[in-house]
Amino acid sequence: MSRADAGAAVRSQSERSQDERNQHQTNQGRPDQDETAGLLSVTLNVNGQARQLDLDPRTSLLDALREHLRLSGTKKGCDHGQCGACTVLVNGRRVNSCLSLAVMHEGDEIMTIEGLGDPDDLHPMQRAFVDCDGFQCGYCTPGQICSAVGMLAEAEAGWPSHATADVAAPQVVLTDEEIRERMSGNICRCAAYPNIVAAIRGIAEGGTE
Amino acid sequence: MRSFTYERAADAGSAVAAVSRAGAKFISGGTNLLDLMKLDIEKPSHLVDISRLPLREIEELPDGGLRIGAQAANSDVAADTRVRTRYPVLSEALVSGASGQLRNKASTGGNLLQRTRCPYFYDTAAGCNKRDPGSGCSAIGGFNRIHAILGASSSCIATHPSDMAVAMTALEAEIELLDVDESVRRVGITDFYRLPGDTPHLETVLRPGEMITAVLLPPPPPGRQLYRKVRDRASYEFALVSVAAVVSVGQGTIDAARVAFGGVAHKPWRSPEAEAALTGRPATMATYRDAAEAALRDAVGQGGNDFKIELAKRTLCRTLAQAARSS
Repeated sequence: MSRADAGAAVRSQSERSQDERNQHQTNQGRPDQDETAGLLSVTLNVNGQARQLDLDPRTSLLDALREHLRLSGTKKGCDHGQCGACTVLVNGRRVNSCLSLAVMHEGDEIMTIEGLGDPDDLHPMQRAFVDCDGFQCGYCTPGQICSAVGMLAEAEAGWPSHATADVAAPQVVLTDEEIRERMSGNICRCAAYPNIVAAIRGIAEGGTE
Repeated sequence: MRSFTYERAADAGSAVAAVSRAGAKFISGGTNLLDLMKLDIEKPSHLVDISRLPLREIEELPDGGLRIGAQAANSDVAADTRVRTRYPVLSEALVSGASGQLRNKASTGGNLLQRTRCPYFYDTAAGCNKRDPGSGCSAIGGFNRIHAILGASSSCIATHPSDMAVAMTALEAEIELLDVDESVRRVGITDFYRLPGDTPHLETVLRPGEMITAVLLPPPPPGRQLYRKVRDRASYEFALVSVAAVVSVGQGTIDAARVAFGGVAHKPWRSPEAEAALTGRPATMATYRDAAEAALRDAVGQGGNDFKIELAKRTLCRTLAQAARSS
């Protein structure tokens, strides 16, 4: 399946979820307030497609993706910005979607693991994680992969890290120490770290791409 | 999370007007505020989104300094070439804090205003004068390994968690504030923060409704800049102790020095005592040790954090030695 077809698959899945979402919103018990009072309209550009949602302002970007758009590839781990399982790319930058209000992302380009690739058309980073066995249970993996894609763009732009000896150096050499430091916002309870580092190193060195 | 209403501020003037209503708060990156709202510690009834205000730029100042817009992301400040070459201590401090994801969201103004990570502040079942004035301090006599050794009070022994603000303190940054009447004032970062005293819920001199619009860095001070952070994990952890130092050495003698500590007090802790003990003295370990003793002379441990006093001294000595070597 091509990347465009993957987008179509995401769309059809999303269209199916439209009814579910309406049902979800109707069924959601909020005894303290009127069902629709205070909902705000927001349009997110998710994986290349504009998606209009009416949301309680409290809705995190993570919950908007998972519960309203039914894009459950993005995982909820700690829900407090400590584990990185919810990492998505917003306008190309990796962020914790659990610590983001969806209504603050009007018009933003959101890329989730579903947008990066699918089983028939894996993103090179997804392929590298498979090839290197960079996971065990897999729960942190979508966040690890989105984070790694964002991280490589940061390194490409010359951003220093805590592992960089001279922050003024114009270029970054992605040693294992650099990769580990830059990926420290993604926890893997199975401790697949050596293979995660290997997968990312392979892409950083252009081995798999 | 409690319900709230939301609006996106169109400009700075309407932002300060909007936040002056009772229960309103600014939100920018949200990485600290939303966490605390989920835990029912922050309870705003109205959020004013200032993340899209045109305050993201990092600009040259006529005097050779830099103006960092309050909405500039921590990652953008850390990666800015001018910051990296002229204010490396600030870049080093920023990349030593949080994670890549959080730095991409967190704003400069929000970093300055982040709340303490005292576990009793987070535990709504515990007494905390900062969270709930008058309810006592459960950290005193409790598990206080991460708590303050300088400037604490019988009301509060919490520490300020920012790394960025420690570097900015050593750089003598000024905070630019926009008031509700749209007047602008500047406050030196050391005066911006309060010590806990008997009002630990008041952490800065911000007036109700006032908004941080920029951080102004004076021209870089002469000498080598360094940030060293000591913590329980190698990455993605708050400081037990950190040191921002600027040291200028000529012919074996320290010409000028700036020292600020993180993780030891309710605010980034500038140490004029250490600076006086360094200036004009030979760049030797004996001098560094004298400076460390001077800096920590009034330090008081709380039991669990007694080790921090010696840790702060050793961290300062090692940072100074490294700075002087490469100065």
